[in-house]
Amino acid sequence: MAEPFRISGAGRLTPAKTARFTFDGKPFSGIEGDTLASALLANGVHLVGRSFKYHRPRGFLSAGAEEPNALVSIERDAARKTPNVRATVQELYDGLAAHSQNRWPSLSFDVGAVNDLASPFFSAGFYYKTFMWPKAAWKNLYEPKIRAAAGLGVAPDQPDPDHYSSRFAHCEVLVLGGGASGIAAALAAAETGVRVILADEQSELGGALRFESGSRVDGQDGFAWAQGAVAKLAAMDNVRLLPRTTAFGYYAQNFVGLTERVTDHLAAPGHDLPRERLWQIRAKKVVIATGAIERQMVFADNDRPGVMLASAARAYLNHYGVAVGRQVGVYTANDSAYAAAIDLKKAGVNIAAIVDLRDNPSGPLIDEARTLGIELNLGRAVVKARGNLRVSAMVVQPKNGGAERTIPVDALLMSSGWTPSVHLFSQSRGKVAFDDATRRFLPGAYAQDCVSVGACNGTDSLEASLDEGYAAGAKAAKEAGGKAVRGGAKPKADAGEGWTGGMLGSAPGAGAGTTVKAFVDFQNDVTAKDIRQAVHEGMRSIEHVKRFTTNGMATDQGKTSNMHGLAIAAETLGKEIPEVGLTTFRAPYTPVTFGSIVNHARGPLFDPTRRTATHDWAERQGAVFEDVGQWKRAWYFPRAGEDMHAAVNRECVTVRKAAGLFDASTLGKIEVVGPDAAKFMELLYTNPWEKLGVGRCRYGVMLREDGFIYDDGVVGRLAADRFHVTTTTGGAARVMNMMEDYLQTEFPGLNVWLTSTSEQWAVIAVQGPKSRDIIAPFVEGIDLADEALPHMSVREGKICGVPTRLFRMSFSGERGFEVNVPADYGLAVWEALWAEGQKHGACAYGTETMHVLRAEKGYIIVGQDTDGTVTPADAGLDWAIGKKKTDFVGIRGLSRPDLVAPGRKQLVGLKTKDPKTVLEEGAQVVANPNQPIPMKMIGHVTSSYWSENCGRSIALALVVDGHSRMGETLFVPMPSGVIEVEICSAVFFDEKGGRLNG
Amino acid sequence: MLLIRCPYCEEERPELEFRNAGEAHVARSTDMAAISDDDFEKFFFIRSNPKGIIFERWRHIHGCARFFNAARDTVTDKFLVTYKAGEPKPDLEGLVSNEPAAYANRPPDQLNVKKPRRAPAKKKGEA
Repeated sequence: MAEPFRISGAGRLTPAKTARFTFDGKPFSGIEGDTLASALLANGVHLVGRSFKYHRPRGFLSAGAEEPNALVSIERDAARKTPNVRATVQELYDGLAAHSQNRWPSLSFDVGAVNDLASPFFSAGFYYKTFMWPKAAWKNLYEPKIRAAAGLGVAPDQPDPDHYSSRFAHCEVLVLGGGASGIAAALAAAETGVRVILADEQSELGGALRFESGSRVDGQDGFAWAQGAVAKLAAMDNVRLLPRTTAFGYYAQNFVGLTERVTDHLAAPGHDLPRERLWQIRAKKVVIATGAIERQMVFADNDRPGVMLASAARAYLNHYGVAVGRQVGVYTANDSAYAAAIDLKKAGVNIAAIVDLRDNPSGPLIDEARTLGIELNLGRAVVKARGNLRVSAMVVQPKNGGAERTIPVDALLMSSGWTPSVHLFSQSRGKVAFDDATRRFLPGAYAQDCVSVGACNGTDSLEASLDEGYAAGAKAAKEAGGKAVRGGAKPKADAGEGWTGGMLGSAPGAGAGTTVKAFVDFQNDVTAKDIRQAVHEGMRSIEHVKRFTTNGMATDQGKTSNMHGLAIAAETLGKEIPEVGLTTFRAPYTPVTFGSIVNHARGPLFDPTRRTATHDWAERQGAVFEDVGQWKRAWYFPRAGEDMHAAVNRECVTVRKAAGLFDASTLGKIEVVGPDAAKFMELLYTNPWEKLGVGRCRYGVMLREDGFIYDDGVVGRLAADRFHVTTTTGGAARVMNMMEDYLQTEFPGLNVWLTSTSEQWAVIAVQGPKSRDIIAPFVEGIDLADEALPHMSVREGKICGVPTRLFRMSFSGERGFEVNVPADYGLAVWEALWAEGQKHGACAYGTETMHVLRAEKGYIIVGQDTDGTVTPADAGLDWAIGKKKTDFVGIRGLSRPDLVAPGRKQLVGLKTKDPKTVLEEGAQVVANPNQPIPMKMIGHVTSSYWSENCGRSIALALVVDGHSRMGETLFVPMPSGVIEVEICSAVFFDEKGGRLNG
Repeated sequence: MLLIRCPYCEEERPELEFRNAGEAHVARSTDMAAISDDDFEKFFFIRSNPKGIIFERWRHIHGCARFFNAARDTVTDKFLVTYKAGEPKPDLEGLVSNEPAAYANRPPDQLNVKKPRRAPAKKKGEA
């Protein structure tokens, strides 16, 4: 398969290494080292996509990362469909399959292109103005239609099968950008012995040397020198080279985020390779060497396929050996486009004419163009590009008007000058400053320890860029601790290129008063007219103009459009450019995949999973698990044929009739130790602790300073100076944090030590009338008689031969024990107790049964029956407040006027009139169901279950003045009808509590 | 990601190891139960939320687990100084500048700050 536009002998690729690929299903051939763009151009393909809004045919504008137009989707297989890939960046591999986007039914005939004809209706701010009414239509009609019609590629519909990796790195000098100045900086820094990282977005470093045919360094062609320098750097132990790596974000204190594309260029990537690697690099010094980006000329229909940046045409010719056309026109306002014309001419491509806005340009490039016999049209403008799917001619006119002349072309190169890439500098919070002489923004005040060198710093010549880069690299390394180097190998430019000048804003024929489509932002289809219109409609700030027109807001981040947009807005406002100001550059510099950001943190690695000692046992028993924070907890243990309801009913009845075993290991546990431990407990909990006897337990309530319940749990006193504190499962970490906070900062004089022991103890709750019989055979050294070990007491001893803290306590209302053993013994002790329990008819039960049993007893769960606005009095726990205490966290909050005022929501029980009806948790309670909507809601259901033990439904609710409404009938309106409820005590079962000793 | 100097570990560590813990130098009364509603409002609800220098608490939760104080510029996110809990507000004169690269959390002795006396039993805010 011949590539008609590949020029034999031109470029740096090896023609024998061919690679086959398809575009929209059509087979093509390219060469290894091509980008998808250069390979398509070699085959004469310019039309590759349709634009975002007007569906205009689009080709390649650039040869690099700034590409706004040539976005394609790359499909490796059903799951690997990557949309919006810049064809100018995608490296070719054998078998690559690319598809054009945003077109239907085909790229060359696209129905959506009717938008282009209807464009008077699609002006700036169109969406904001048009789809306002009727309101409902937005959701059902406008938005879905607009979303379907707009947008570019289609997101993949399957989970991403690739994996991504992440690396942290530290270095003394990080160089961002591997052009001439960046390489020079890295060379200088590396010589001093410090750690250097050099990152560049291209597969081969060299930056503009890739296309600058006139650059020579150290006696070599510029690009060849770059490869030699990179090889030298690669051989040094203190240097890490990161090609194919884009610095996308510059964060505080020289922290830079980069993505390395590891496999997107490979035909058959190994499964061991990550697709991308996220680098998070902290550098002592950063050298920003991000170069400059050429701008287009803003004239009518400057978006036709075949119209491209002059430097892009040079890159395609000088690096890839591809001519972008056979009859090429040039439209420029500075010298650099001349170099493109000269290179093409020398390669045998006919240059139809150079059209230069300047009246009298001079210099060696202009002279050389003349010598080569290229027609120069000075003081003239291209006022229109003809052609639709491909440019066919340029319409030339004297810049101040006059006779038009149409010159046939099949490609049109343009350059209005170069924009220094200050994106990363600006992201570092550096302030850019407008340089009046050269009409561009350059790095001004620095905010971080970095330095800009080369073209991004406004340094135009190769010689100066090399000097500046080398000096900056040496200085940065020295300041970061590098050793002094004498007679370093500083690169020297023998010949170089470099241009300044050019123009900003719309070119003749596209200025004020015209309605032509002269594109400023190709990716978002923003024209010069749109920007003027935004100003006319009242936008004054460039930030408003940007948002109203969406100029610079596409994924290319305004790399080619920002300066033109700014200049047009300034002109329309009658202001100078620096008065209008530049919009903020934001990360990411180029789009970053979700994959690289999410990285390993997906699936089971999204969040740690915590399992208790009995997890595997419960799994073998067929337990169904629920997530409680990061914990997996056994929810219920269904037997054959049982659904959840049946299993929970059986478990609830079994616990109260015989006994049950429950894994309570997830409870938070904090060891509070020290001479002032009791004093500390007095301050952190509402209860009195000083007088709690050793070996006794107490239910503790913890408040925040505002008086609301923060956490609760049973606390055992093991010694005068040692408390075993339990917290809620979800509250463990924050309670520990709050305790530490008070201990370290408010009560630092207290001699207390806090240790989290949540994971050190496995906790087996044995509850029910048979509980003592079940544990008794295994307990050594603890008298289990009621008199010796009454309810709410704790003893240390042994169980199954291992140390235990044995709590006599109950969260079920039955006689109960909580057996704490070192977590490693948890399973063994559980299995022993389980075997014994079965002799007594006990069951294993899960969190659901635990919830039902505690609700039958009216025991609250913090976070379910409280919501951060519930006081102890609201929850019926005012008995837990030490009345004689003069201080504890929350003591002052409790006396706040609103906390003691009537009308507070208080915790009560609810019985449905129909005992079979189980209320929905969260359902609202009203006094009168016949009032008009919106009804006055006076409470809500916090817990609701079917209680097999009570033979009816039970519920807890927070209801306004609930404690004084006992016996009142209230109503719970639901979609299926109003449910009548009666307010009752929150204790539904064994109100006197006799079963605790039963 | 910020680099934060823990005054206990005496090292700069990445922000990941720390948690912000709100404004510093908000003293809890030693006679808490007796303070007025107004004083409680100031203590519990009112925070300065400045544009500029804020004194705030941080915890080196994934390190030494200590709480400490910091002066940070909320506009630039630059830490001017970090210091131990209980120490008085440092004198920031000479620290607030627009100089480039004033990005590191330099230790107090490099920052022209009077060396705070060690007073372990002092409450935060008692300055």
